[in-house]
Amino acid sequence: MDKNLKKEGRRDFLKKSTALAALTIATPAIIKAGENDERIAALFEKIPLNLEVNGVVHSLSVEPRVTLLDLLREQLHLTGTKKGCDYGQCGACTVHVDGKRINSCLTLAVMNEGKKITTIEGLADGDNLHPMQNAFIKQDGFQCGYCTPGQIMSGIACINEGHANSREEVQEYMSGNICRCGAYPNIVDAVMQVKKEGSNHD
Amino acid sequence: MDKIIEQTDIDRVDGIQKVTGTAKYSAEYDFPGMVYGVLATSNITKGIINAIDTKAAENAPGVLAVITHLNCPELPGYKSTPEQDKLVPTKKGYKVFADNIIRFNGQPIAIVVADTFERATHAASLIKANYTKEKHNTDFDEAIKSGTPLEGNNFKEYVRGEANAWINAPVKIEAEYTMPIEVHLPMEIHGITVVWDGEDKVTLYEKTQSLSGTQRNIVRTFGLKEENVRIITQFIGGAFGSAFNTWPHSMAALIAGRKVGKPIKLMLTRNQMFNLVGYRPEAKQKLGLGASADGKLMGITHEAIAMTASYNEFTEGIVNGSRSLYECPNVNTTYKVFPLDLSQPTWMRGPGETTGAFALESAMDELAYALKMDPIEFRLKNYAETDLERKKPYSSKYLKECYELGAEKINWKERNPEPRSMKEGDWLIGYGTGSGIFSAWRGAAKAVAKLLPDGTMILQSGVTDMGPGTATAMTNLAAETMGLSHTKISFEMGDTNLPPGPMQGGSGTTSTLGTAVFAACENMKKKLAAMIKDNAVFHTEIVHEVKVEDLVFENGYMMLKTDKTKKISYAEVIKSAGLSELEISEDSKGNPMLNHSAFSYAVHFVKVKVHSKTGVIKIDRAVSAVDAGKIINNKTAESQIIGAVVGGIGMSLMEEGVIDHRYGRWVNNNFADYHVAVNADVPNIEVLFVDKPDPVLNPIGAKGMGEVGIVGFAAAVTNAIFHATGKRIREIPVTADKLI
Repeated sequence: MDKNLKKEGRRDFLKKSTALAALTIATPAIIKAGENDERIAALFEKIPLNLEVNGVVHSLSVEPRVTLLDLLREQLHLTGTKKGCDYGQCGACTVHVDGKRINSCLTLAVMNEGKKITTIEGLADGDNLHPMQNAFIKQDGFQCGYCTPGQIMSGIACINEGHANSREEVQEYMSGNICRCGAYPNIVDAVMQVKKEGSNHD
Repeated sequence: MDKIIEQTDIDRVDGIQKVTGTAKYSAEYDFPGMVYGVLATSNITKGIINAIDTKAAENAPGVLAVITHLNCPELPGYKSTPEQDKLVPTKKGYKVFADNIIRFNGQPIAIVVADTFERATHAASLIKANYTKEKHNTDFDEAIKSGTPLEGNNFKEYVRGEANAWINAPVKIEAEYTMPIEVHLPMEIHGITVVWDGEDKVTLYEKTQSLSGTQRNIVRTFGLKEENVRIITQFIGGAFGSAFNTWPHSMAALIAGRKVGKPIKLMLTRNQMFNLVGYRPEAKQKLGLGASADGKLMGITHEAIAMTASYNEFTEGIVNGSRSLYECPNVNTTYKVFPLDLSQPTWMRGPGETTGAFALESAMDELAYALKMDPIEFRLKNYAETDLERKKPYSSKYLKECYELGAEKINWKERNPEPRSMKEGDWLIGYGTGSGIFSAWRGAAKAVAKLLPDGTMILQSGVTDMGPGTATAMTNLAAETMGLSHTKISFEMGDTNLPPGPMQGGSGTTSTLGTAVFAACENMKKKLAAMIKDNAVFHTEIVHEVKVEDLVFENGYMMLKTDKTKKISYAEVIKSAGLSELEISEDSKGNPMLNHSAFSYAVHFVKVKVHSKTGVIKIDRAVSAVDAGKIINNKTAESQIIGAVVGGIGMSLMEEGVIDHRYGRWVNNNFADYHVAVNADVPNIEVLFVDKPDPVLNPIGAKGMGEVGIVGFAAAVTNAIFHATGKRIREIPVTADKLI
């Protein structure tokens, strides 16, 4: 966020601050707090954001309150990343930011200035699936498929972090990704398969 | 069925879409000018809305409309007839924005439509309502004490032989079992995308287990023509019963979308998933069981009490399993339901039976211990060879095989039957078992099969798939039946424009749709054979006119049984006939099962470890042996049982809906506070199928398995905990505090 504000430039920021002050002074009692909040938000609406998603650089203008998850799903139309709770409790929205797994619902889009994001859509090389994607199909590591992108992103990270040395360890480090269809044993099989093959990559 | 090529265990046909993120769920469609709907909900539990201030929301940036009961358009389906007006409240239902009555906390009072999700969410927070509160009750215990249960045909007492006969048996037990509210919580939050074309025509992308049911509800509510309501459901991110109803949020999105004339998307929040799309009702059950000294059941009395919403009579077969799972001459059951000021419950995986089997199978274990008998031996001693409730033979029953397979796998014989006798360090070890029963059935369905000149086949049916793998199973079945590689078959589904398929649920989809697909393939083969009967390719000295029974169908070819070098490909037949496609339309009827009773069965075996000092419980092993008839695809079938068992682990050890009765509000409506089983909670789950076809229910021999895998599992866990600790916990979930 800090980085982003610096980039925006002092002049822009001052302009907005002045407008904000004018707004609060000019309409002391008439506007209710809620409306005021919204007008304040509107002033800061167009914050520039540059980030790379699956190798594509995007130069965007986003509201500061937009989460990375909603940016991906609603503005970039990358709906492979799923919303399962929006509170960081289920792992369905797991993506990689600079190679590390995070819950994209718990980070604001603007906090990712200059970062490299990889989503489920960025894993396969054309028709060649990532080994983790193949392993999930082979081991039947899903049923409905909704938690699957998050599980796959987590599975790749789990191995990269060095947390796939035993079934028990994989179970522990994959427990942030809930699967309500209950495919857990097959998910562990898939991660173990990729670990064993030594075929994991980002 | 003539098995021509072994083709079981194909990978999921939609696997690539699911692992690449290209599978589209209902809130993932994009249209130009898309707007977002967000619900504002009540913060009182019961009463009326006196006034509702929407001005701030309406003036907020990006807001296009705010709809409440005050400006909701009059809808044909919202008008009640004089007969409907006379109904009791639990038969009347509830229609979103139809009136100013608050029936439960969190009830939608408005929908806000804005150009972005964030703006809609913020504006919804600005809506303020002024209420007159009424005294509410959300407390089940309180309702049992001072309330009145519902009346009607669903609550008739069942008596076979003599009522309460268990009391006079030489060995008997009586116990009460309780379970809390459980919530489906599929990972996909319920979402909908609505695209109106004018005022009278709509396409919606909806999370539904029943396309035709949803279509019917919308046709009725909005007074539209059936052909003008198209529902598309390509993928469902789990449901477990939560997606049969057309819920208030879907109607709200439809109302709002028509008002603003733009494509609209609405996704509930995870919190709203706890009270806007159903749940499994809380229940208390009393079981009285009596047996002769040598272990013959003499009487079963099962009394169940459950709850529902004040505006909806929800009932399920909690006591039904107790009438037919065992041979017992004297059985009586009662079922009472009390209305509460909560949102409505609905079917959840193994509805009724799962609740009932927890009590019955716990009581069976208690009586086995009272008899000093092995719990499996006791069940075998009371094995029902016919359905005594319906006085019919079973279409097939391999429950005995399930006991044997499972017991052998978990090494049941080696356990020391004495409670608290087995240990591994600080951990107490226990083994338990529980059985499950669930109705098998076959409904009506339509399916179309099209063979194309390139030798590929398209199957079509308006069914949806919430995860079990319906498209995979149907592709598997068609590949085997047609003698065609599964890679040449595609299954189109999830659209009301397709021939109407069955609903996805009730453990009947494979039985129902499989019948139609099988028949379509068989008729396709007959048609193909008829088209080439005179073809010179097949002529021998004795054969001049081939019949379908003279042929084998293999790898896309028809071959003469007696000389497989004489063959012709399906593609060639279509091409030489100059057809663009050969279409078979199948309209298969349901099977009313007049002379038989049909059930699927499961027997669960569980090994638990309980820490002797902290009471921490770990499921160490789970073995489930299942009679679901013939298995169409082992891979997806196994996954389905594993999934049901994982649900059972949550049910027995973690899941508990908590409501603060002072305010009538949910306390733990999120994944941090409502615990479901996560990866580390789940052991290796071993699934065994008897895999013998049912000869009566349908021509493919499959029964059903979606539900039965969870039925009886919770009892297996609590019985294992008893064996480990000597403590009988009759209240699930069993948490550590109950053991120390």
